Amino acid sequence: MAGKLTRSNRAGWLFALPGFSLLFLFIIIPFFFAFWLSLTNQRLVSPNPTEFVGLKNYSELLRLSVLTLEPERDDAGQIVRDANGEIRYPRVRTITRSGDFPEYRGMREWFRWQSGENAKVVVASNVVFMKALTNTLTFALFIVPLQGGGALLLALLINQKLRGINAFRTIYFMPVVISIVVISLLWRFIYDGEDGLLNNILAWLTFGFFEPVDWLGKSDTALGSIIAMSAWQAVGFHMVIWLAGLQTISPTLYEAAAIEGASKWQTFRYVTWPGLRNTAILVLIVITMQAFAIFAQIDVMTNGGPLDSTQTLVFQAVERGYGRQDISGGSTISVILFVMVLMISAVQGILTRERT
Amino acid sequence: MATLKLKDFRKSFGKVEVIKGVDLEIGHGEFVVFVGPSGCGKSTLLRMISGLEDITSGTLEIDGRVMNDLPPKDREVAMVFQTYAIFPHMTVRENMAFGLTIARASKQEKQQKVAEAARILQMEHLLDRHPSQLSGGQRQRVAIGRAIVRNPKVFLFDEPLSNLDAALRMDMRMEIGKLHEQLDATMVYVTHDQVEAMTLADKIVVLKDGRVMQVGTPMDLYHDPGNLFVAGFLGAPSMNFLQVDVQTVEGDDAKVGNAALKPINVAHKDRLNGSGKAILGVRPQHVEAAAPGEGMLLGTVEFAERLGSETVVDMVLKDDSKFIAAFNEDKVFEPGQTVDLVFDPAQAHLFAPSDEVETVH
Ligand SMILES: Nc1ncnc2c1ncn2[C@@H]1O[C@H](COP(=O)(O)OP(=O)(O)OP(=O)(O)O)[C@@H](O)[C@H]1O
Ligand SMILES: [Mg+2]
Repeated sequence: MAGKLTRSNRAGWLFALPGFSLLFLFIIIPFFFAFWLSLTNQRLVSPNPTEFVGLKNYSELLRLSVLTLEPERDDAGQIVRDANGEIRYPRVRTITRSGDFPEYRGMREWFRWQSGENAKVVVASNVVFMKALTNTLTFALFIVPLQGGGALLLALLINQKLRGINAFRTIYFMPVVISIVVISLLWRFIYDGEDGLLNNILAWLTFGFFEPVDWLGKSDTALGSIIAMSAWQAVGFHMVIWLAGLQTISPTLYEAAAIEGASKWQTFRYVTWPGLRNTAILVLIVITMQAFAIFAQIDVMTNGGPLDSTQTLVFQAVERGYGRQDISGGSTISVILFVMVLMISAVQGILTRERT
Repeated sequence: MATLKLKDFRKSFGKVEVIKGVDLEIGHGEFVVFVGPSGCGKSTLLRMISGLEDITSGTLEIDGRVMNDLPPKDREVAMVFQTYAIFPHMTVRENMAFGLTIARASKQEKQQKVAEAARILQMEHLLDRHPSQLSGGQRQRVAIGRAIVRNPKVFLFDEPLSNLDAALRMDMRMEIGKLHEQLDATMVYVTHDQVEAMTLADKIVVLKDGRVMQVGTPMDLYHDPGNLFVAGFLGAPSMNFLQVDVQTVEGDDAKVGNAALKPINVAHKDRLNGSGKAILGVRPQHVEAAAPGEGMLLGTVEFAERLGSETVVDMVLKDDSKFIAAFNEDKVFEPGQTVDLVFDPAQAHLFAPSDEVETVH
């Protein structure tokens, strides 16, 4: 018995070998490699030898401080205001470039807010990274309910015995099969500021009253546009996962609910949704992880612009690592991203844990 | 409690007619059992009453009110399914209170009704468990509890005990019987277990291919089956059928016999068709062994099953037909041995010849 077991075990490992070696080669080794690189000053091509720099890369990305600016006062001690009546403050760079405050050296203003007479200014050592971070988080925050909820809605609609329902399934799933690069290119035309499809439709719906918007060219619409398009693109994929989940719910449970007089909503609340629990966890985690990896749309559609309003972490990692040949900087971003996704997944795992 | 009336009930799935005109009346507090072979439409009939399937034609009345187009909840019925259909993510208490939750009843009402149902089913100690922590029998009890809490006019059961093992099935069968007495409710019960049908029913409805074959009390059907199908369907082992020739008919009796059977007089009940042929039904339990040479039938033993309380013997008669005898004592039979058999003609049944004999067995 034992002999047979070990023999078949060895065969098992043998079968797993090709898969494992690929995983090892392209996932595990690069991961440790990135971790190591993030502690050095490695560049893509460089005549200088690589040096170990400790956590310098991390502090360069993550350093944040809050400065308090007091209003400028004239000789009489009155607050100086400009023509619009706004209070005048000393410029941030008088601090960040001053020799008196070496701890703020090289930092730039990220954003500020008013606190009484004073202004509080958040300065960051790498403002672009901070923008990429917040954009990525915003993207994830919106895409999870949009994509997950939209997919569930479609799945519920499609999970009916209607004539021609297969055509709808195919249509909703189609964007998933098409390359994201192609889709991004197409949506660039849709979002075009001059003669884009979206502007045309909106103009037509409002009888020409709608002012054309350059959706991807304005910093307050660019990220939203990319969120909408991304939600649309992958909604079909998650629809299929929800559908699989719906099929696992026993039809007699619905019949029991019908006999007890449950309304459509009550049936969803008491039968469907609890039955989709595990599917929901899967969808949640998959969408979150995909959201944090957003890259292709940015690369094709906006290049992170305008005014860094669509910078994302992976885009930054690639841009630094290859665009600016700063491999160690790119690696550092990757490691930070990894830690974030790990933590979020862990938190989701804990929050959705079975409580019985 | 309620009365039910089914008038010319029909159901088609697409072009296939599955229920082909069923007329049935069910009285207050009656326990009615639908039996029949697999696929005969028992479940479909029950689901039409519950409202889970719509009624193609005919009318359904509950307490004199036509219910055809009402959704399930407005028919005031409760249903217990073979697969329990209890909600896995809810506790027993929540499951039983489900109907009240749906109706937004007060906490107090829920508490009280669930407690009452749990008391009836003796499962107070299980109320806070989840279904995964229950045995099959306990799960089915939860489903029954949910039905009780609903306080329906009619209880519908679709093979509720089929997923349970034999011992548990017997316990639950008795409990359902007790429940019926206690609640004094109208119940319609689908099963293909004869014992369930015989022990529980006030009235059995035998179905075949979407038609009612016979309706009556269990003993009526057993002792006086109206047709070959019912005769062959009820009772285990099932009734023996002998192809006999009708020799004479005098008043209520006909004299029948064949190569294997010495002529006997049997009540014909106006079921002969004048062809001179007939089928004689004899229950295996109604046969007794006789002294050699004094039997009405002579059988050659093929094999015997000794069950302790009973001995079931498969035999071949002189005309090569099969015959089963069940003796209610433990007896040894050797294959090849011949046995003389007698039975009381008053307990035999005469039917018109038909090709149904084949399908029954
Ligand atoms: N939804 C349906 N669509 C088409 N045909 C159906 C459907 N439901 C049942 N039938 C058919 O109707 C007939 C009766 O089915 P039904 O389920 O009522 O049988 P049953 O007597 O309950 O059998 P069983 O003892 O196996 O449960 C069967 O021939 C079945 O194939
Ligand atoms: Mg059935």
